[in-house]
Amino acid sequence: MTLRTHARPAMLPKKPFWQSLALDRTWPLYAMLLPGLLALYLFSYKPLYGLVIAFQDYQPVNGFANSPWVGWANFEDLFSREEFPLLLRNTVVIALGKIVMTQLAALSFALALNEVRNQLFKRSIQTVAYMPHFLSWIILGGVFIDLLSQGGAVNSIIKSFGMQPVTFLAEPDLFPGLLISTHAWKEFGWSAIIFLAALTNVDPQLHEAAAIDGAGRWQRIWHISLPAIVPIIILVAALSLGNVLDAGFEQILVLYNPLLRDSGDVIATYVYRAGLERAQFSLATAVGLFQSVISLVLIITSRWMAERFAKYQIF
Amino acid sequence: MVENRTLGDRLVNALFYLFLTLVGLLCLLPIVHILAVSLSSKSASSGNMVSLWPIDFTLASYYTVMSSTAFVRAIGVSVVRVLLGTGLNLALIILCAYPLSRTAKEFKGRNVFMWLFVFAMLFNGGLIPWYLNCLDLGLRDNIWALVLPGVVQIWSILLTMNFFRELPRELDEAAIIDGATHWDLLFRIYLPMSLPVLATVILFAMVGHWNAWFDGMVLINNSALVPLQTYMRRIVILGDTVSMLSRFDASLEEMLNFSDRSLKAAQIFIATLPILVTYPFLQRYFIHGIRLGAIKG
Repeated sequence: MTLRTHARPAMLPKKPFWQSLALDRTWPLYAMLLPGLLALYLFSYKPLYGLVIAFQDYQPVNGFANSPWVGWANFEDLFSREEFPLLLRNTVVIALGKIVMTQLAALSFALALNEVRNQLFKRSIQTVAYMPHFLSWIILGGVFIDLLSQGGAVNSIIKSFGMQPVTFLAEPDLFPGLLISTHAWKEFGWSAIIFLAALTNVDPQLHEAAAIDGAGRWQRIWHISLPAIVPIIILVAALSLGNVLDAGFEQILVLYNPLLRDSGDVIATYVYRAGLERAQFSLATAVGLFQSVISLVLIITSRWMAERFAKYQIF
Repeated sequence: MVENRTLGDRLVNALFYLFLTLVGLLCLLPIVHILAVSLSSKSASSGNMVSLWPIDFTLASYYTVMSSTAFVRAIGVSVVRVLLGTGLNLALIILCAYPLSRTAKEFKGRNVFMWLFVFAMLFNGGLIPWYLNCLDLGLRDNIWALVLPGVVQIWSILLTMNFFRELPRELDEAAIIDGATHWDLLFRIYLPMSLPVLATVILFAMVGHWNAWFDGMVLINNSALVPLQTYMRRIVILGDTVSMLSRFDASLEEMLNFSDRSLKAAQIFIATLPILVTYPFLQRYFIHGIRLGAIKG
């Protein structure tokens, strides 16, 4: 692009900084970005200042400025609490379970859908499978609480087989599995999009040649379709690493009740209950900061791995 | 591509159709069940007789729910929030994506700004600093509390930025020679060509605003400003039937004509409906948008 700076008198041999900006031409770019930067400051960077209370004994009446500093005391308190190992374990178990089950379901779904030729059928199934992704956990919570209640549809089916009804939402042992399977139900279709996109890039001639050589349907899936999307599978697996502390805050908050504390309490829900229900702001901020820092490290590692092993570039 | 000739191959083919049909039903049936319960009489739904078809068909639950001022008002708050929130989201997405889609040579400081956005996406202070910041900015008990904290949608900005970068550069070179400014470029050349990505980010923004409930729960006390999903959390999840009874205009006797289950189901279905009728029409756009964002990056 041309820099229309020739109209300005050349004061110095080397152009001053403000002239190199060529503002007569580029000022709209800065003007466009200004509202976004302002909002980014107010809602993303300004809150970071609030992290100081993780190192204070924060009382709302004193504010950030006058609350006493306590160093790492909140973190020491957190790490020595008996519920902390439990929180960490629940978080990682639920998050990993969700990643593995959702991606396996998505992969099977994509491979099966790729074998179907009827476009109308294919599109209808896709539409239906994407639907749960767009529904809130409030709506789905209402649906699942109804389905899983004592007199709900699931227990009606169980009873019709002559078995005892199950109090699904009062059994701590069942809760992680319930969270994992309902999450997989909600997201498998959406997660399959990336696999489906990769499968459409496979050259159909490969399948034809294999069929002529006598390869059956399963052999073609195993030896052609699956290897074709291995890079995407590696990519998804690498990027998932950034989510192993994300157990799903809204879902748990909706489906959770005090009976499920031992198996359903995760870091994010603990932050909410400690901070906003019990007003232990400093402790809750320390817990949140702990999660944010570990997540940041994991995300950077996962991006690095994705870049390295799957040649993935996001920015 | 490959024809299925042998009997065994046809059988395998049928197996795939069967499997996918079952998967589709698994996604659909819970919603169908809720719809059936909402359209059934009290005795049928409280007696757990309803499966996938209404028993003693009645619209009574819908009349009751829609005559509740609190429910209708909550819908109104959600509609305002969706319109206002999506409008602001979209304005910022467009205004941020365009400058960031320029090269660092053309737009000095572009990479620094880019990292400000990316870092904000990767790291945040967590719930408590977010909450205290909202209070500090006076975002409590007003509509702006539901709209402003999430006004910068970084992921959508990056998606749109990537889309802009895919457009042919010859276009802006020609326009610049004709004396076009960056405003002309953005509004006359880039935006008209960006329908797929704009439809995608609009859909995400609208669905996000319609579905959000946590902000309404912690930032709104005034019951006249509670959005639908937050309101539904009280009714459907916590089963706060006492407050529901007191809020409904219907008399207690009228109320007892309907089971809780039918009423809850009707509210769940009404809250689902806007999404069910919107997203299938935008599907072809967002599939394209997602692929672009996820793979090309």
